[in-house]
Amino acid sequence: MRELSLDHIRLTRRQVLAAGGSALAILAFFPRLAFATPKDAMATLTEWTGAETFEKGRVHLSLPTYTERGSFVRINVAVDSPMTKTDYVKEIHIVAERNTVPEVASYFLGPDSGRAEINTRIRLRRSQAIVVAAVMNDGAVFIGKTRVRVAKSGGGCG
Amino acid sequence: MMGTAQAKVPTRATQGEVIQIKTKLYHPMETGWRKDANGNEVPRKRAHVFVCRFKGREVFRANFHTGVSADPYLSFYTKAIESGVYEFTWTEDDGTEFSASAPITVVSVAQ
Repeated sequence: MRELSLDHIRLTRRQVLAAGGSALAILAFFPRLAFATPKDAMATLTEWTGAETFEKGRVHLSLPTYTERGSFVRINVAVDSPMTKTDYVKEIHIVAERNTVPEVASYFLGPDSGRAEINTRIRLRRSQAIVVAAVMNDGAVFIGKTRVRVAKSGGGCG
Repeated sequence: MMGTAQAKVPTRATQGEVIQIKTKLYHPMETGWRKDANGNEVPRKRAHVFVCRFKGREVFRANFHTGVSADPYLSFYTKAIESGVYEFTWTEDDGTEFSASAPITVVSVAQ
């Protein structure tokens, strides 16, 4: 087996600084290549739900705490609700705080859904928190949050 | 195969019973950010709207954004009210539609 040699990539201090600088410039030029922030995720939820304040509770998330493969992460969302004509879940929204863009999916239910629960599979580009918002028919918005660790090589957004 | 849609609905249910519906579409859900082996950008291609209808009435709807995995699997619940056929439609960015359907028989009392 060939011995691994790093001699040919010895860099001067000036080259290292130049490379770092251009990497930063590229990130500034293509913000899409950078990650979203928790702030972006909450802004997305505010835009989708039209709510200024979120209440905690009623939303239950079930995800693996650690995954090797970020491109297929199973997620179960269940919301406490009797699902009657006068009290039901209208919408469920999922955002991921540190994906390339936070938007994951939105679901629209009604009183005939019978049960406010969905199962699906999502992409996670790195370890982060997943935030789910449930909009009730009276306009109240509840959120639930869970952290997932993704293996370093397992990013899912391609 | 790309574009193959699958939907699983219980064949039989009692009236008012809450049933689980499982759906899956074979689709790459390209985000438009990935590059292929030659370094060319793979164009964005997603099935971004999913609708479930029963006798023309909308039962469930979903919007898929870039955070949804390839071959989007989705399961949800609905109340079985009468016998009929559930129709499922996925719509791509350019308007291409994929569809599947599954019948259900609803009986008034448990047997």
